[in-house]
Amino acid sequence: MLIVGGGGTGGALAHDLTLRGARVVLVERGEFTSGTTGRHHGLLHSGARYAVNDKESALECIEENTLLRRIAPGSFEENDGLFVGLTDEDMAYLPAFLEGCEDTGIPTQVLQPDEALRLEPMLNPVLKVAVRVPDATMDAMRMPLRFFATAKANGADLLNWVDVIDIDLAGGVVSGATVRDQVTGRQTHIGADLVVNATGPWSEQVARMAGVDVPIRPSPGVMLAVRGRLCNMVVNRLHASGDGDIVVPQRALSIVGTSSWVVEDPDDLGVPADHVQRMIDEGSMLVPAVREAPFRSAWSAARPLIGSRDDADSGRELSRTFKTIDHAVDDGVEGFVTITGGKGTTLRGMAEVCADVVSRKLGLDMPCATRETVLLPHTAAYAA
Amino acid sequence: MSDAVRTLRVHRFKRGDDAPRVEEHLVPAHEGTTVLEALRWIQLQEDPTLGLRHSCFHASCGTCGVRVNGRERLACVTRLSDVEGAVIVDPIANLPVLHDLVVDMAAFVARFPQPHPIVRESEFLPESSPADGIDDHERYEDCIECGLCLSACPVAATDDTYVGPAALAYAQRMIEESRGGDREALLHWADQDAGAWRCHAAFECTEACPSDVRPAQRIMALRRELRGRRTDHDRAVPDRPATVTGASA
Repeated sequence: MLIVGGGGTGGALAHDLTLRGARVVLVERGEFTSGTTGRHHGLLHSGARYAVNDKESALECIEENTLLRRIAPGSFEENDGLFVGLTDEDMAYLPAFLEGCEDTGIPTQVLQPDEALRLEPMLNPVLKVAVRVPDATMDAMRMPLRFFATAKANGADLLNWVDVIDIDLAGGVVSGATVRDQVTGRQTHIGADLVVNATGPWSEQVARMAGVDVPIRPSPGVMLAVRGRLCNMVVNRLHASGDGDIVVPQRALSIVGTSSWVVEDPDDLGVPADHVQRMIDEGSMLVPAVREAPFRSAWSAARPLIGSRDDADSGRELSRTFKTIDHAVDDGVEGFVTITGGKGTTLRGMAEVCADVVSRKLGLDMPCATRETVLLPHTAAYAA
Repeated sequence: MSDAVRTLRVHRFKRGDDAPRVEEHLVPAHEGTTVLEALRWIQLQEDPTLGLRHSCFHASCGTCGVRVNGRERLACVTRLSDVEGAVIVDPIANLPVLHDLVVDMAAFVARFPQPHPIVRESEFLPESSPADGIDDHERYEDCIECGLCLSACPVAATDDTYVGPAALAYAQRMIEESRGGDREALLHWADQDAGAWRCHAAFECTEACPSDVRPAQRIMALRRELRGRRTDHDRAVPDRPATVTGASA
């Protein structure tokens, strides 16, 4: 079978299906994780962000959060996170937040301001409350690379610098893809019983090659990195989600995220200056030192949110959960499956659900083994 | 809307080419446009076959290391405005070029001693106390495995057996904070011919490092450690009796 797309989802899917005995080839047009995966702020979600408005995502997050720490030990800065309430409005959100976390099994610890400042002295001292949750920091490239590393060691062919020119389709059946190797310039066919489109915000473009429509909205967000580690725990704003409401410490940097809008072309995002300013303004509400900290970088990443273009404008209202589409069922095209939506934290879970669908279609009867399989180190992804 | 048009001269090479060539592009630039954004513009607007590595866009993954006008840089945090005249972009040196600006990182990663833990104790905000149940705050190592130090290293340029600054700095970090690593085995590894003693102390690696690892200083620290260990070893040999010394004198 062939997976198109070398982001976190594609890598986790290659790993899952290889363990189930499938012969897997994955193609990626650039470096692995170069599309959306590697650009995210590096939050391993506890799920608390979604506990009030998107319980399905919250449940997925806390389950995968616990599981990933087990199968990818050494891949996280395990310092936990805080949800910080600054205003009366934030305080009004607190009961629903705590209830949502309890409903979804996300452990919380309510901290008084002096206690929170003892843990994180750079917090805005006007804070009224902080709630500790099991957030963590992930390396947005090196953690997903462990799935690639393990898949490769188990026999998957992971090919980057390969463009998909077309999906081979005849009589309503997909039989592979026509690809071009950027290194040699050679065009070839890769035959496959099944092709999985795992291209995130690009999945509409790839699906079109198979003559089907995938309702995806590329929804970018701007992130800002400043030098210096202004907190050790992840610091979130205690409110319904909004712009600039998270500071993720990472390595010797602090990352402020994020904004949300909708674009047509996931390749052409830009970094709107007013969004960068908003990251500084809102981020410094949480941690005032963000405003003075030396600038390192500002960039955009496109989320693959599920929903048609007629839905919301900002992308915030769309669910962060994921979807596997069997195009035989939805569109009458056999041999073509799309997996999209989701987020970095849920890459393994997304892959499991998609691999269940793929296994049924391919007649594989091995159960998912990724919950127990400890992943190889990221460096093994480069091994010849 | 752009403030200026800048000239980029980009190294191009595909397998089967007789030799690399330089391709010139005129790229619209704003204040703050980075080399990576300019290269992405070329990919999207003029030549989708341009090969380059990128992932995080904020100097944390280390994939977009290139040479800009001869100096090792991360393309994502190097602004065109920091470069005068034409912007000449080449792949990093001392690793095999796969195509265009892409080098084969397998040859880089293979130099590191194993195991390869990337999480360390955080030294930031020492006045803060970790929450209950957390012993010490942790963070990722500074090294982002970009290969810029190896590219800048004059020894690596003439000796491809040299393990190079990144791997040695890494070993030094593991000796400094062992995290279950075998200190003696690491020192033995660093003591090899192609190890710490091969460095000529040009300090080009420290100059090139975008992540404050200071590999050269760490190599010097390794040498001090190795020298100290030898002295300790010598001292551990029992002094010969004075009579024997006298007799042999």
